[in-house]
Amino acid sequence: MISRRNLVSALVCLPLTASVGCSKPDGAGPGPSGSSGGTAPAQAGTVSLVGAGATFPYPLYSKWISEYNKANPGVQINYQSIGSGGGIRQISAGTVDFGASDAPMTADEVQKAPTKLHHVPTTLGAVVITYNVPELGAPLKLSADAVSGVYLGTIKKWNDPKIAEGNPGAKLPDKDIAVVYRSDGSGTTAVFTDYLAKVSTEYKDKVGAGKSVKWPVGLGAKGNEGVTGQVKTTPFTIGYVELAYAKQNKLPIAQLRNKAGQFVEPTAQTITAAAAGVEVGDDLTASLTDPAGEKAYPISSFTYLLVYEDAKDKTKGQALAKFLWWALHDGQKHAAELDYAPLPDALITKTEARIRSLRSGNDKLLPGG
Amino acid sequence: MKERYSQRKLVDAAVRGLCLLATGAALIPLGLVLYYVTSRGIGGLDWAFFTELPKPVGEAGGGMANALLGTLELVGLACLFGIPPGVLAGVYLAEFGQHRFAKLVRFSADVMSGVPSITIGIFVYTLIVLRTKSFSAYAGGVALAVLMLPTVTRTTEELLRLVPESLREAALGLGVPKWRATLSVVLRTAAPGIATGIMLAIARVAGETAPLLFTAFNNAFWPTGLAQPTASLPVQIYTYAVSPYDDWHQKAWAAALVLIGMVLILNVAARVLVRHRVRSR
Amino acid sequence: MALLGAEVNAGDVLFRGVAALFAITIVLVLGAMAIQMWVAARPSIAHSGWRFIVGRDWDPVRDSFGALPFIYGTLVSSLLALGIAVPISLGVAVFLTELAPPWLRSPVSFLVELLAAVPSVIYGLWGIFALAPFLRNHLEPFLGKTLGFLPLFQGPHQGFGMLAGGIILAIMITPTISSVSREVLRAVPDSLREGALALGSTRWEALRHTILPYARSGIVGAIILGLGRALGETMAITMVIGNRTDISVSLFAPGYTMASVIANEFTEATGDVYLGALAEIGLLLFAVTLILNVVARLLVWRVGRAPEGARG
Repeated sequence: MISRRNLVSALVCLPLTASVGCSKPDGAGPGPSGSSGGTAPAQAGTVSLVGAGATFPYPLYSKWISEYNKANPGVQINYQSIGSGGGIRQISAGTVDFGASDAPMTADEVQKAPTKLHHVPTTLGAVVITYNVPELGAPLKLSADAVSGVYLGTIKKWNDPKIAEGNPGAKLPDKDIAVVYRSDGSGTTAVFTDYLAKVSTEYKDKVGAGKSVKWPVGLGAKGNEGVTGQVKTTPFTIGYVELAYAKQNKLPIAQLRNKAGQFVEPTAQTITAAAAGVEVGDDLTASLTDPAGEKAYPISSFTYLLVYEDAKDKTKGQALAKFLWWALHDGQKHAAELDYAPLPDALITKTEARIRSLRSGNDKLLPGG
Repeated sequence: MKERYSQRKLVDAAVRGLCLLATGAALIPLGLVLYYVTSRGIGGLDWAFFTELPKPVGEAGGGMANALLGTLELVGLACLFGIPPGVLAGVYLAEFGQHRFAKLVRFSADVMSGVPSITIGIFVYTLIVLRTKSFSAYAGGVALAVLMLPTVTRTTEELLRLVPESLREAALGLGVPKWRATLSVVLRTAAPGIATGIMLAIARVAGETAPLLFTAFNNAFWPTGLAQPTASLPVQIYTYAVSPYDDWHQKAWAAALVLIGMVLILNVAARVLVRHRVRSR
Repeated sequence: MALLGAEVNAGDVLFRGVAALFAITIVLVLGAMAIQMWVAARPSIAHSGWRFIVGRDWDPVRDSFGALPFIYGTLVSSLLALGIAVPISLGVAVFLTELAPPWLRSPVSFLVELLAAVPSVIYGLWGIFALAPFLRNHLEPFLGKTLGFLPLFQGPHQGFGMLAGGIILAIMITPTISSVSREVLRAVPDSLREGALALGSTRWEALRHTILPYARSGIVGAIILGLGRALGETMAITMVIGNRTDISVSLFAPGYTMASVIANEFTEATGDVYLGALAEIGLLLFAVTLILNVVARLLVWRVGRAPEGARG
């Protein structure tokens, strides 16, 4: 007995006692039901929110969470970028407090979710084509044909005429193109394939659009992080990632020819231009790919948080609603500095109404909602 | 005849050489991995690494204190859930396990030790995470405990079998009931050996990543409770390794150095314990 | 108390009961695992049937799930790993039991076992930043130049792919195979060894004609145990194999394994069939490793009751 107890105490208790602040498990504990006006959750201890999903907005979200935590130390938001598919799946399974996705939930996914979920648009971003070709100085200019050809596997070499066409004078090497795609269920993939399916019927018939598709060529990497890492470390690769990832890692970004025939570089302005005049549906979602505007970047997208209409835990629900409100207003100013674009004003107004409609049982989560 | 003999000698020498070469080839990767982890990781080990939380993407600095603590917490839970049942099951097999049921248990334990850790992840996800509606340190601890259980059981059994029968008989002869004899004489005699086995099992689970991906998940903050998702060194190394940020790569190497250090210490300590036991026998 | 007497002490009954309870737990956990995987896999079994194993199409968008690319990737990477690891491991085992001077045996075997102690994710990290670049810049161009006439060594050099996966796995299973084979060789009675040497055999001849035949089934068991490990290995190989759902003859091409696809897609699969498909892959993996383990242990057992096998 003694020997076992020694072992157990030595090996078990030490790490357990070391984990300071081990509070009681608070999973099922309902908050104090009377405190409807509880403004400062810090008084009641720390509120931990768990979220998971899209990697596309992760650089911005991680900034938001850090800033929000500085302003509200009582709220810890643990956001894990596991991919949009993961965000939808985990919120549907009820294992997280909120999900995140760049691809709106499909009708099928909405129907299968056990409770009513809402999309809350948070920011605008762009999927960019990045590449690793040491020989190239100026940014590559690619037509829609070239992009779809590379991802269909019909364009195999960097010096293919379809690539050369937009880049007169560029030194394109006679090397195989190593295509990189997302191995996980990805909103970035959904946006990119949505674009490809719009610009290429061959692509639409052969592959189709979705969060995870069967790519005819290439190798898979996990998350925007993985694709960026793969492109960064491997010469002659090409990949599609969110703008911020390419920017932060100083990777070259291709200019794409849009519907109006212009080569456009992805910037906050050209992304905003893509959202101009887009009609947002009742579920606050819209597709922004292949827009008509002359200055519009062709692969732009909203990204969304997924939240329960009826929060099980009121304290958590309130904390989340306040964070959403903060993100929609104060948070927007961080968007441009991290290469995202702020939401259009009209959409912000609509989204405010949606956040106000969130509830827990019969109580609204935000005062005056 | 002589020629044939020298030819035979030659073949023999060649085979000896090849075996030596093979041993060298087996050890080269160990050297390379240790070299890379040390040379690339050492620069990332500063005070902040051990005391601070990770910084948001793009901001330099920050540390992995939460993952370190999380790993300790998860391993602690795994020990709590895995060791007592494992040791007791081992005691059962060694002391009472003469019949068919014991064979089944032994067989199950052996089979379980070969089950891929990722499938244990799926199992615990459906068993605990989906039921409790939350990723949690508990779930991670259970997954690691399931990994430890067969090793602990079989080690305990093997070592109890090494305890001389005379010792048992002597204890029983003094009129001590069997349970007391088992616990305070037999188990105690075998304790250093069992501890060795347990340390090796801990070293193994401390570095496990796959079963934690769907159970303990990850967390950017300090552990606030056992029902919360929890960061761990291996998962953090994975996340950082596949990321595009140089700063994160550096941190992954540093974390790898810490993890490998922990694992090596446990292995060496286990080794020392064994030697000590062998000498004293 | 008096009735029970000295033979049946109440404490003993309780003790035995508690110990038995935990012993049952092991059986129950294993059973629960099998049942749960099966239940989770059922939607996929109903949806795909046999096509699941022979289908090459893994297309979640169209709810079409064929696991052949993963099965292929798992088999090829594991066999490649065996191809590299078996000769090396046997060399190590022979070196440690037959050739090395006694003072060298224990430190070397400790070092080899340390190979097994290095966590998988660290091999993966090393694989991404050291092995893959080495393969891309040196080994693959070299193999392409010298053996490029074989379809195995054709195609672009990316570093990440089947070859990287096989090498990483080989490193990871070497300690398993070598330590079990070492135990098996050690279990060969000394009288056999001495007899052969006394008859004038060289070490190699003694090994070849006397020791190895005696230990054969145990060594096969060791190899199968190594195979079982390779099949189920997840993190390291996920990080280097390239994660591409495809069947390609070239070892330079990226592939995918059963364990990797679970690691990458399990948290995010939406829809019962998709989730079921991943669970079914898990179930297959579970069943295969289970069978391999049973076979391997039986084989190792046969060689003079060698000590319990895989303690790598």
